[in-house]
Amino acid sequence: MTAIVKIIAQRLALGFLTMFVVSVVIFVAVNLLPGDFAEAILGQGATPEAVEAIRRDLGLDQHPVKRYLSWLAGAVQGDLGNSFAQANFAAFVGADAGSGLASVATQIAPRFENTMFLAGVTALIAVPISLVLGILAALYRNSAFDRATNIFTLSSISSPEFFLAYILILFLAVMNPILPSLSNIYEGMGLGERLTKTLLPALTLTLVVMAHMMRMTRAAIINLLASPYIEMARLKGISPLLIIMRHALPNALAPIINVIALNLAYLITGVVVVEVVFVYPGIGQLFVDSVKIRDIPVVQACCLIFAGAYILLNLTADILSILSNPRLRQPK
Amino acid sequence: MVAQMADTLLKIRELKIDGRSDETWTPIVKGIDLDLCKGEVLGLIGESGAGKSTVGLAAMGFARDGCRISGGSVEFDGVDLVKASASIKRSFLGRRIAYVAQSAAASFNPAHRLINQHTEAPVHHGVMSRSESEADGIELYRKLRLPHPEEIGFRYPHQVSGGQLQRAMTAMAMSCRPDLIIFDEPTTALDVTTQIEVLASIRKIVEEFNTAAIYITHDLAVVAQMADRIKVLLRGEEVEEADTREMLSNPKEDYTKSLWAVRSFERAPKPAIQTSAVPIVAIKNVTAAYGKEAVLHDISFDMHAGRTVAVVGESGSGKSTVARCITGLLPPIQGQVEFDGVALPRDYRKRDKSQLRQIQMIYQMADTALNPRKTIGELIGRPVQFYLGLSGGDRRRRVEKLLEEIELDPAQYYNRLPSELSGGQKQRIGIARALAAEPKFIICDEVTSALDQLVAEGILKLLARLQDELNLTYMFITHDLATVRSIADDVVVMKEGRVVEKGYKEEMFRPPHHPYTDLLLSSVPEMDPDWLTNLLSDRGVDNIGGAAVDKMENESSD
Repeated sequence: MTAIVKIIAQRLALGFLTMFVVSVVIFVAVNLLPGDFAEAILGQGATPEAVEAIRRDLGLDQHPVKRYLSWLAGAVQGDLGNSFAQANFAAFVGADAGSGLASVATQIAPRFENTMFLAGVTALIAVPISLVLGILAALYRNSAFDRATNIFTLSSISSPEFFLAYILILFLAVMNPILPSLSNIYEGMGLGERLTKTLLPALTLTLVVMAHMMRMTRAAIINLLASPYIEMARLKGISPLLIIMRHALPNALAPIINVIALNLAYLITGVVVVEVVFVYPGIGQLFVDSVKIRDIPVVQACCLIFAGAYILLNLTADILSILSNPRLRQPK
Repeated sequence: MVAQMADTLLKIRELKIDGRSDETWTPIVKGIDLDLCKGEVLGLIGESGAGKSTVGLAAMGFARDGCRISGGSVEFDGVDLVKASASIKRSFLGRRIAYVAQSAAASFNPAHRLINQHTEAPVHHGVMSRSESEADGIELYRKLRLPHPEEIGFRYPHQVSGGQLQRAMTAMAMSCRPDLIIFDEPTTALDVTTQIEVLASIRKIVEEFNTAAIYITHDLAVVAQMADRIKVLLRGEEVEEADTREMLSNPKEDYTKSLWAVRSFERAPKPAIQTSAVPIVAIKNVTAAYGKEAVLHDISFDMHAGRTVAVVGESGSGKSTVARCITGLLPPIQGQVEFDGVALPRDYRKRDKSQLRQIQMIYQMADTALNPRKTIGELIGRPVQFYLGLSGGDRRRRVEKLLEEIELDPAQYYNRLPSELSGGQKQRIGIARALAAEPKFIICDEVTSALDQLVAEGILKLLARLQDELNLTYMFITHDLATVRSIADDVVVMKEGRVVEKGYKEEMFRPPHHPYTDLLLSSVPEMDPDWLTNLLSDRGVDNIGGAAVDKMENESSD
């Protein structure tokens, strides 16, 4: 058991290191973006003096390394800084810039929560369906069922997300008004209502992520079906479904877990198109809006969250893969 | 007639099996008949490709992917398994017919504990409850003389050694007390001292439960110990069938006789080494390690010009590591390797071309040692160009000369790919590639272990002829003592990274032996069908195989 604790500790340390490297990359990349907040916000009235003043107010005139270090120091303590746009708005209405009301954290928190909710609902639908379909496709490989499943999942992953979204809206909201086509959820909404409103985007995303997971489940299982221990199980008179569930699946878990983790990460970081179609107030929309107006603190915070999600999910996948393998779990 | 019907357990008639290759079905088993009575053991022997395993699996009504039973019947206890539905077949498999595979390490599911795999079939078929089967499993482990029978079942396959896994698999096959067990080369992958334990266990338990068995193997001496009757197969057809004793003493067909004769190849002894002679390769006090783990401890022995030195030992004894030290692939920590009296740099990267040229190697798996995308001409031409600097027409002539030396027609083989050759031919290419450098010294690492006996004999004869013609020195790494007996001049016995005994072959095979050499020699099955019985009664079950090795270690550490 100590060996596993050691491996997990190593992976965690590596995860932190990756996070640090990513933070540098994010900072550099965001600062390489052409144009800056002051010019974007002032538009045509961007006189050099006004731009200079705003830049000074926001600390943009300082050396990048110094800015990075203070951002990093803040981020480590959970302070992601203040949104430029909100500060500007606050200044406009007369409040102090950076009074705490407009911190990036308070701005992102509800959006992030929404995104996690959507990702969670999608995962709850997509993961079981993909696994079951993958197992059945492996069991009845090369049958009509297998082909139909493959064609269905492949065509859904090959279609643009917005197209799938509109198709679902057409069938489930317009022709048969079962679900609302707008997902305008807000704080304090009941869980039931929130679920119904989230269902259409969740179904769209399910169609998008299912193909990967289903096909990996199928491939990982079929890959093992030629191994001698599967033949042994067949020669013990075990039925095909049991063979797959008991003998193939436990050995196929590692690749399946990894693909699931990648798709979950995608659900957290890459769903802006679906959010836009359904007007779902998730973090993706906030991110795109912030890039548009060069709201650097928000952009950086979003990037950091996305990177964290990827790293954390991959880390979890790694650890679960290790736990699923008795060779690593119980060394000689 | 009625009585005979009642006794017959398995009746195979006109069995035909096709295998799929290149999108067409080609027959691989061409009409085999087979009868097996209750409690009887039938040995199926033949070379690779004879269809032994395919017939064995077909006796369970089973064909591997890419194979199909295309005709005939397999009647087990009155039910034709070829025509039976999948669910009827499943009700027989595991419960009444069980299977023991060649590689236990691959045939146990790595994700489950042994005991859970053991109880699977009895619980599934409703023969026993889980707890009953668990208790029975422990009892079987004890009967099969597995160490710590109480707890070994609760380990995962990777935590148990190969010989123990093979016995655990035999126990698993016994879990439902089947009427018939198919043993598919169950000891082929094991060391001799492990093999003998497994053989004794299998025989004991098969006799005890009066189980019928089909014992598939290519090793005649093994089958002589196990089977009541022997059936010889060749390319999917039966050659002959007879009682074991009859078959051994009086084979009728030429093919069977040739199989029996393989072990009789022996070279004339060479004169003794002159005391003043400088050895071609001398290993002096070599200690080597992989990482921190020492695998060779202070090894020394000499190899003299024109002689064959067999290095014998079981897996893990460090035989191949010695070869890696000589070639410089694994620089030793201490000691040195001398060539013609001159110390070689330890690391091959520090040796010059003429030093590298003198020492060549032939590998066990010709399949993996030859680049599958290069033609034979390129494979052999490469060292010719590298070491001798020949190119163009000179190079081609040299390669053709080498191909002639290994008895392959240059016109036919020069442009072929390795995949178009048989196992024996590939090994010949490996030999030609080693000869291309015009070395004085060649390391042969288990060069015949992956080959059928007849093919292996051909390779041994070729090596012997080349040695006489070119005055080569061979270091012949092997675990097969029959090969040692036929070609070696000197023998070095290794165990756990140490040289246990060394000397002339004639002396090694004559008592008194070192206890470990004695154990190795006594563990090699002989063609005499009473050999195992006699050995067990002479020495007792505690003094054979791995148990004896353990004992020896305990005594030496005391």
